[in-house]
Order: sequence, then C-alpha cells, then structure tokens
Amino acid sequence: MNATWSRFNITSIVLGFAFLYLPIVLLVVFSFNESKLVTVWGGFSTKWYVSLFHNQGLMDATWVTARVAVISATVATVLGTLAALTLTRYTRFKGRTLFSGMVFAPLVMPEVITGLSLLLLFVAVGLDRGFLTVTLAHITLTMCFVAVVVQSRLITFDRSLEEAAMDLGAPPVKTFFQITLPVIMPAIVSGWMLAFTLSLDDLVIASFTSGPGATTLPMKIYSQVRLGVTPEINAACTILIAVVAVGVIIASLANKRREFQRQRDEQAAQRG
Amino acid sequence: MSNAAVTAATSSRATAAGKSALARLGEAFVSRLVILIPYLWLVFFFLIPFVIVFKISLSQTAIAIPPYTPVLGFGDGLAGFFAQLNELSIDNYIWLTQDALYVNAYVTSVIVAAISTVLTLLVGYPIAYGMARAPAMLRPTLLMLVILPFWTSFLIRVYAWIGILKPEGLLNQLLLATGIIGQPLVILNTYTAIFIGIVYSYLPFMVLPLYSALEKMDYSLIEAAKDLGCPPTSAFWKITFPLSLPGVIAGCLLVFIPAVGEFVIPDLLGGSQTLMIGKTLWNEFFANRDWPVSSAVAVILLLLLIVPIMLFQRAQARAQEQDR
Repeated sequence: MNATWSRFNITSIVLGFAFLYLPIVLLVVFSFNESKLVTVWGGFSTKWYVSLFHNQGLMDATWVTARVAVISATVATVLGTLAALTLTRYTRFKGRTLFSGMVFAPLVMPEVITGLSLLLLFVAVGLDRGFLTVTLAHITLTMCFVAVVVQSRLITFDRSLEEAAMDLGAPPVKTFFQITLPVIMPAIVSGWMLAFTLSLDDLVIASFTSGPGATTLPMKIYSQVRLGVTPEINAACTILIAVVAVGVIIASLANKRREFQRQRDEQAAQRG
Repeated sequence: MSNAAVTAATSSRATAAGKSALARLGEAFVSRLVILIPYLWLVFFFLIPFVIVFKISLSQTAIAIPPYTPVLGFGDGLAGFFAQLNELSIDNYIWLTQDALYVNAYVTSVIVAAISTVLTLLVGYPIAYGMARAPAMLRPTLLMLVILPFWTSFLIRVYAWIGILKPEGLLNQLLLATGIIGQPLVILNTYTAIFIGIVYSYLPFMVLPLYSALEKMDYSLIEAAKDLGCPPTSAFWKITFPLSLPGVIAGCLLVFIPAVGEFVIPDLLGGSQTLMIGKTLWNEFFANRDWPVSSAVAVILLLLLIVPIMLFQRAQARAQEQDR
C-alpha cells in the first residue's frame, strides 16, 4: 500500500517539475536565439556567447564574483562547521539560545535588512567598501547555511565510533580529524557548494556592501536587466546554470560512489 | 598538617596525573575555541550591526559622508555622550507613521507575503505528497530535482519570468495562438506577477520540509481509517494533514518571513505600480540616500518579523531534538 503511487500523485509531480523547470529551459533555449528579441525565435545562433566574451565589464564582474565566492565559501565552511559542532555537541553553555538564534535567524532574515545592517557596521568601523566587505558579508550569511547542513549530518552521527577511538587512547582532537571529519565530509562538501552558489547568486547584500571596483556578476546582470531583457544576459545566465549544474552533478556522483564504496566495505567487514 | 605538606602532596599527585591534566586543559581550551570563534563572529557581524541600525535610525539625515549626524559615541568623552543623548530623536519613526506610503507598504507586504505563502503551500503540498508516496528507489532523484533549481541563481530564475509574462511574452503568445484569450493579458508589473515570482522562487523551501514530514508518516494509519469506512478526504484532514503540520509550519515560515522583505521579485516583476517594503527600503537607501529613514524602516520591519523568526527558531530547535 505504501508503494501505491496514484495517478494524482504522478500528475502533481509532473506538473510541479514542469513549473520548476520550464522557465529555466526557455531561458536557455532563447540564449541561442538569432533574433535580438528574446521572445521571438529567429533561428539558432551562438553569437550572444561570442559577444559575451567581448564584454569586458561582464568578464571583470565574473572574476570578482568567482574570487568572492571561493574565499567566502571556504571561510564560511570552517566557521559553519564549528557552529554546527557547537550546536550539536555543547548543549549547555551560557548564551546557547542566543547562539542558535544567531545561526537560524540569518536563514530567513530579509536580505535588505542584513545588507543594510552590515553596511552600517562597515561604515561605523571605518572599513572601505569593496572586495573585503562583500566577502565578510557573504561569510556571515553563508556560514549559517553551512551550519544547518553539517548539523543535520552530525545529529545522525554514531558517537560510539568516537568513544571507541577515545577508549583506544586517541586524544579528542585526533579523534575529530580521523573519525568525525571523514564521516561528516560529504555534508561539509555540500555545505561548501551551497555557500559557493549562495555567494555567486547574491544581489541584495552585495549591492549594499560592495564598493567601486568590486561589482559582482549579479549586480552587473541586475543593472542590465533593468535596461531591458537581452539574449546576451540569457547567454550569461545559461553559462552560470551550466557551471552550477555540472558542479552539483559531479558532487552527487562522487558522493554516491563514496557511499557505494562504504557499503561494500561494510559488507566485506561483516563477511570477514 | 602544615601547608608545605599539603602542597607537596598535591604537587606529587599533579605529577602523576600531569599529562592527562594538561591534556584535559588543552581539551577544554579547544572546546572553548570551537564555541567562541563562530559565536564572536556572529555577535560582531550579525548582532552588533542591528544595534548600529537602531542607533542610526535615531539620528538625522545630513549632507555628509556618511550621510547622517553622529550619534552616541564616546569620542568626546562622557560629557559628549550625554550631550548627544539629548539629540537622539524619534523623528524618523514619526515620519514613517505619518506618511501613508510607508504604512501602506508594510501592510501590502504582509498581505502579499501571506497570500503567496498560502499559494506556495497549495502548489507545494501535492508535490511533496507525491514525492513521499513515490517508490523508495525514485525518491532521492525526485529530491535532487527539487533542490536543483535552488542551486541556480535566484536572480536568473526571476529574470526568466519576465520573458514569459511580458504582454508580448511566451505565455501570451501561447494563449493567443491556442485561442484561449482574444487579447494579451497584462500580468507583468502587477501583484499577480509578484505572486507567481514568490511561489516559483520559494517552492523548494516549502516542498522540502513538507516532504520530510510526510515521508516519516506511517501510511498504515490511512489504511486503517479506510478499513473503518473513513472517506479519503476526511482521512486526509484527520490524519495526514495534522501529522504533516510541523512541515507545514516550517515551510510557511521559510516562505513568509523572507517574502515580506523581498526586493528582487517586486522590483523586477512588480514594476513601479506595486508597493512593497523591501523595495521602499532599497529606494530610500540607494535613490534618496536617506540612511536614517531606511534604518528606521528596517527596524520596524524587524519588529514585524521578530515573532515569526522566533517561532521559526523554536521549530528548528524542536526538530533537532526529535532527530536526536
């Protein structure tokens, strides 16, 4: 009975996924449109991709965005993992409620508030707006997402593994790096990727906290979208989608392989 | 016993346990560090900024860099601090309540967010339910397919809808070609476009918590109800829906709270005729360069959202307890 998948269930899934994917598919299709009008098909062409690579402003923005995303995702992953450990391992310390509030609130906080408050902080401490401030802002936002992802893995973690290691004389720090870290690694990797794409994606917080010379790609796309929809933006968006999709697929395949390997090892261990 | 004897006894015990005491000290230090580093980061970059926003919302606009009068610093010593205390004003807040534009923007934002949340729930529930009832082998793939759009840029996904909803856009072309409508529908730059944009962008946030609640459900309960002659509709309302309530609450809060302050969707799809507070704050800041008023707008927005945010945090904490 549990496996009954009624026609209604299938229909709602198919319609739901059509709704989720159709706009993206159309966007990709029209990036190959010969015509300058985004909504009228004028034949296949890759000319918008060519013109994209001659658009120096867009290329500069891409380079800035990529650097911000890599740096902020990496720092955010370290901080987010520490925050996740704090949330799951230390259930009693002063100010724990405040801490979990500060981890969960940024997930839902409207971006205009986060952006404005960070900007005012940077002005108050006299930090010039630019590359550094955008990166700091993105670390703060994305570390909370990393914390949630890693935390959900830590909760289901079998702590007897750690206890066994410590009973055998391994000091806690060594236990963490040799036992805990490898087990939660997939969650840390997906946390990093989530942080990376969130940073790549962010318009509002970047607009508040960035300054001259640190225009990010979403800011560039946004300013062009306001002037009108062009196939060139469609082409830029398509490349971004492709990069992220390839990354996600590679990561999930790697994950699956590791999982498969682990299962085989477990089976081998049981047999042996 | 003399003091010296006590000291000697303690020190000899300390030598015996020397290594482990040192190790324990190091351990305590490391665990303190694990807590302190993210804690201090969030206090500095998340909590203190709000205090600054509140402080600046009490200051006056000035033609300067930064464009507001200085408030509450210890730069001029304690006397200067108290002198500035008198200059604090709630003028910005009075201004917000007197101008109908702001009040309207707050009310509209809450209504738009509430309607969008209900619409997202109506669209998301059947999807989540279908996924939860899917063959176990298919579920990871379906889950992946729901998450994947979330990885593609939010801005891009909103932008994609402009081409679809425009008067000469793809939706109107399709409807005109099939003869369903006689003349193009005006959807872009209306609240309808904002609803579509929010439902579309936030759908994964709704589906994921719903799915995780529905997947845990024991479907033999439904069977039992059916065997006892309960019609499917009332079985749904009496069993399935109440059991999925934690997912419904989490999903609704995940959509509602950010939607109230949403900027990108009302700006790109709503045009200039629609009014939402995120857009108002943005314009106040970037177009009018009025930092104190935009800070006051942010403070009131935060006050509006503080209860939903606390509910969200509590729901998260409870879910975490249950998973343990």
